[in-house]
Amino acid sequence: MKEPQDLIDNKSRRNFVGTAAIAGAGLGTLALAPGLQLIQVSEANTPSAGASSKVRWGMLIDTTKCASGCDACVKACATENGINETVKDPRQGSQWIRKIDLKNPKTGQEHSLPMLCQHCEHPPCVDVCPTGASMKRADGIVLVDRHICIGCRYCMLACPYKARSLVHQPLTAQNPEVPRGQGCVEACTFCVQRVDKGMLPACVESCPEGAMLFGDLNDPNSEIAQRVAKEKTTQVRGDLNLNLGVRYQGI
Amino acid sequence: MQTEMSKQSGQSFYGMAAIGGLISLLGVAGAFYMEHHGHQVSGMNNQTFWGLPHVFAIFLIVAASGVLNVASIGTVFGKKVYKPRGPLSGLLAITFLAAGLFVIMLDLGRADRLIIAMTHVNWTSVFGWNMVLYPVFFGLVGLYVWLLMERRMYAYAKTAGVAAFIWRLVMTTGTGSIFGFVVARQAYNSAVIAPMFIIMSFAWGLAAFLIFQRLMFGCNNTELHPQVRERLNNLLGTFIAAVFYFVVVYHLTNIYFAKQTGFEQFILLNGGIFPKLFWGGYLVLGTIIPMLLLYLPSFQRIQGAGIIASVLTIIGGLCFLYVFIIGGQAYPLDMFPGMELKSTFFDGHIDNYVPSTPEILLSIGGFGVAFTLTLIVTRVLPFVPQDDVAKLQASGALHD
Repeated sequence: MKEPQDLIDNKSRRNFVGTAAIAGAGLGTLALAPGLQLIQVSEANTPSAGASSKVRWGMLIDTTKCASGCDACVKACATENGINETVKDPRQGSQWIRKIDLKNPKTGQEHSLPMLCQHCEHPPCVDVCPTGASMKRADGIVLVDRHICIGCRYCMLACPYKARSLVHQPLTAQNPEVPRGQGCVEACTFCVQRVDKGMLPACVESCPEGAMLFGDLNDPNSEIAQRVAKEKTTQVRGDLNLNLGVRYQGI
Repeated sequence: MQTEMSKQSGQSFYGMAAIGGLISLLGVAGAFYMEHHGHQVSGMNNQTFWGLPHVFAIFLIVAASGVLNVASIGTVFGKKVYKPRGPLSGLLAITFLAAGLFVIMLDLGRADRLIIAMTHVNWTSVFGWNMVLYPVFFGLVGLYVWLLMERRMYAYAKTAGVAAFIWRLVMTTGTGSIFGFVVARQAYNSAVIAPMFIIMSFAWGLAAFLIFQRLMFGCNNTELHPQVRERLNNLLGTFIAAVFYFVVVYHLTNIYFAKQTGFEQFILLNGGIFPKLFWGGYLVLGTIIPMLLLYLPSFQRIQGAGIIASVLTIIGGLCFLYVFIIGGQAYPLDMFPGMELKSTFFDGHIDNYVPSTPEILLSIGGFGVAFTLTLIVTRVLPFVPQDDVAKLQASGALHD
C-alpha cells in the first residue's frame, strides 16, 4: 500500500511533467529569429513526399543531331556531379556519361551518341545487388545508395551498358548534393538532385544541338511521350526486354 | 598410426605453420594496402572489375563444396573406404570456404561494410542468397564433422551427412548461378554453368583432399595403401573427365549461338593470354597430363603420380577460372551488334588486365589461410584417416 506522501509526490510529479510539456510546446512555437521557429527546424529534416510512381522519367536522344567531336554533355555531367578526380589509369576513372562513336564497317555509316545509365524498368543491377544498394525509385530513376553499397561490383557485371563505375581512389572536393565515395559503385542519376527541383539533367540542358529530350514517359501530353509514340526509336539491347528509360533515334 | 599430425614432426609442423601464416599475413597486408589506397593500386578497372582475387576466391568456394564429397561418399552412399576420410573432408570444406570468403570479402570496395552485407539482404540477388548458403554450410558441416567424430552421436551422422550433401549442391548451384543468370555478357547467361561448377567442385575438391591427405600421411611417415590410393585416383580421373565433358558442352553451346561466336573465337583462338591458358593451362596441364598420370601404366609408375595429377588439376582449375572470369570481362560488351565502337571508356576494346602485387598477395593469401587453418586443427584433433585395409579386404568393401 502506498503512503500518502508518495501519492502527493506522484501528483506533483505529474503536474510538473504536464506543465513542462505545455511550456515546451509553447517554446517550440517561439521565434528563434524572425521567420524561423523550432518547429520549422524540425520539419526541415522530414522527408518530402518522395518520388511518384505516376511519373516515369525518360530521355530521348536524337543521334542525327549529336556531333562526333562534341562532349558538352560529358563536361556538364562532370561539373554538376563533382567528377573531377584525376586518375593514373583512365580505365579506372568514373564515367557517368560518355560519347560513343559507332561505325558500320559494311556501309561506312557513322553515328555518335551519349551512353549513360539506361534507367531500365527491370534493371539487372537492382536484381543482383546483394544489399539492395542498387535501387529503382518509384519514378523510374535507378540509383545507388552509397550508405549500403559494399563495392562488390556484381552490378557492373550485370549491366549490359557498362554504365557503372567503381570509385577507385579517395575523393576530395565533392558536390554536397551528390555524395560519392571510394570503393562504392556509381552511375548516372538523371541528375536526380536537379529533377527533384523541377530542373533538367545537366547533360540535357548543356546540349548545344538540343539532341537530348527529358520528360515524363507516362504523361501522354509530354513531348517525349508523344515523340516516342509517333517516331521510330531504339532501345539498346532491346532483345533483353528491360524497357529502358533512355531511347535513341537515328540508329 | 597417429590420428593427429605427428608430434614427432614438431619442427616440420612449426615450419609449415610459419610459412602458411606468413602467406596469410601477406594476403592481409595486400588487402589492407588496397583498402587504404583504393582499387587504383590494383590492376582492376571499370572493364575488368573482378580480377585475380575473384579467381582464387571462387576456386576456394567451389572446392570447399567439392571437398566434402569424400565424406558424402562414405556417409551418404555407404562406401566404407571413404568413411575414415569423412572428418578431414569436412574440415577442409570449412577451411576452404573460410579462405574463399577471406579473399572475396577483403577485396570488396568497402570491406568495412561486412555487417551491412549480412544485415541488408536482397533476396533477388544470388550474392544475397549466399548470406544464407554460407553460414548454413558452416553450421551443417560443423555439426556433421562433430557427429562423425563423437562416437556416441555417430547414429545421427548420416542424417547430417545427407543434409550437408544436399546443401553443398545448392550452394554450388548458387555459385554457378552468379554467372549463369548474367544476361548481359556472352561468356555467361547459360544454364549449363551451375552443373558445370558442381562437377568442377568434385574434381577440385578431391584434388585438394588428396594433397592434404598426402601431406598428413607424410608427416606421420606413413603411406596410403596402394589399393586405397588407386581407388581415390580413379575417382579423380572420373571427375576430371566429367569436367572436360561439361567444358566441351559449355563451349559448344556458345559456338552454336551465332551471337557468341566472336567471344568464343576470342577465348579459344585469338585472345592472347586466354587461349594460352585454356589450351595450355586447363586442357594440357589440368586435364590431359593428369589423365595420363592416373590411367597410363607407364605414367602411373612415376613416384607421386596421383599427387602430381592433383596439383595439376588445381592449376588447370585456376587457369579455367581465369579464362572464364577475366576473359568474360575483357571481351567488350556487344551493345551494337555489327558496329565498330570507339569511346573514352574503351567501348569495343579488349581489356588488358594485369594483376598487381597486392592482388596477387591477397589471392595467394587465401590458399595460405586454408592451409594454416587446416594444419592447426589437424595438429590438435584426430583428423588423419586410418585405414583398416585387412578388414576392408575381408569384407570385400575395398572394391565395392
